Amino acid sequence: MKNVKVLGTGCANCKATVKLVELIAQEKGATIQLEKVEDIADIMAYGVMSTPAVVIDDKVVHAGGIPDKKIVESWF
Amino acid sequence: MFDQLATLIAYHWFGLDPLSHIGSAIHFFIMDITKIFFMLILIIYLMGLFRAMMSPERVRDYVRGKPKWLARTLAILLGAITPFCSCSSVPLFIGFVEAGIPLGVTFSFLIASPMINEVAVVILIGVLGWKLAALYVGAGLVVAYVGGVIMERFKPEQWVEDYVWKIQMGDANLAQPDISLVGRHRFAVHEVKEIVGRIWRWVFIGIALGALFHGFVPEAWVVEHLGGSDNWLAVPGAVLLGVPLYANATGVIPLAEAMLVKGVAIGTTLALMMSVAALSLPEMIILRKVIRWPALAIYAGVLAVSFILVGWGFNLIT
Repeated sequence: MKNVKVLGTGCANCKATVKLVELIAQEKGATIQLEKVEDIADIMAYGVMSTPAVVIDDKVVHAGGIPDKKIVESWF
Repeated sequence: MFDQLATLIAYHWFGLDPLSHIGSAIHFFIMDITKIFFMLILIIYLMGLFRAMMSPERVRDYVRGKPKWLARTLAILLGAITPFCSCSSVPLFIGFVEAGIPLGVTFSFLIASPMINEVAVVILIGVLGWKLAALYVGAGLVVAYVGGVIMERFKPEQWVEDYVWKIQMGDANLAQPDISLVGRHRFAVHEVKEIVGRIWRWVFIGIALGALFHGFVPEAWVVEHLGGSDNWLAVPGAVLLGVPLYANATGVIPLAEAMLVKGVAIGTTLALMMSVAALSLPEMIILRKVIRWPALAIYAGVLAVSFILVGWGFNLIT
């Protein structure tokens, strides 16, 4: 099971990213544990300055903006 | 080309009278919609191909530890080409502070980034000509540089929220961007969708306002109330008007175009464009999370005064 975190302070783009990740994971039949990280100190601890960002198993795989659908597909 | 297309649609197909208010408004609307959206898509795509490897994290790495003048120059130039969503202002601010980048330099970055961007610049060139585009960019760079220097004099550190100093940033082990041609093409297409999806409303509203202004506001009224470079109050008025109007720099361009055609002075138009793009209430409220009101009030004041001076300056020399 993959642990997926979406980092973002709650803006519209962050919510859209969460939805996109949920949707694609479901489509691909991957079981994931999805977590939203909204605390700014926690976000910065990942070395990320541009949100939304996506962390999978503690590795930053994307930062800055809603990720492309094809890229999300490559994660699962 | 776009002019002819608009003429064909508005006057030949719709049969509108070129001399009527509605005819000239619709003509303007069709011409600008086709022209601006065509340019938007083309430019964002081309820039996307090159920009696949740029991000605020990298800007921070380039700027940290440099002498102040160089740091500021880099911050402004990189700010102009690096896109970031205003919801990223807070992490960006903290990231710069954490890297030991002086606050004044961070403010320079925050001023330059929304005001000058390649999309606005290319559309400015296409719609208003390269001379005005160069004036806008030049004035914007100077305001960003000087604005940051002035902010520093007020020692804004005292107003930064305490928790900001305590945040420890982790090592960014960011995934390497895909820089193959296919990867960059994909990035560019995504950029087009994302940016056009975000700003089309502003551009649309800007074009509609521009068209109304173009078709229905008589030139005599403009010259009497807004125009004439001898009207000193027009410039501060334009700056004030820009504060509640939060739009994207690109969205203001069609309005600016209509204003110039009707005889509003260049300085007044530039002041309005800068104010709409860089002085925005929502942006201030977001920044309030990291810095207290006195610093934000000074920030707004410095920008407002700079824009007024830019406006008066250009009205004097033209």
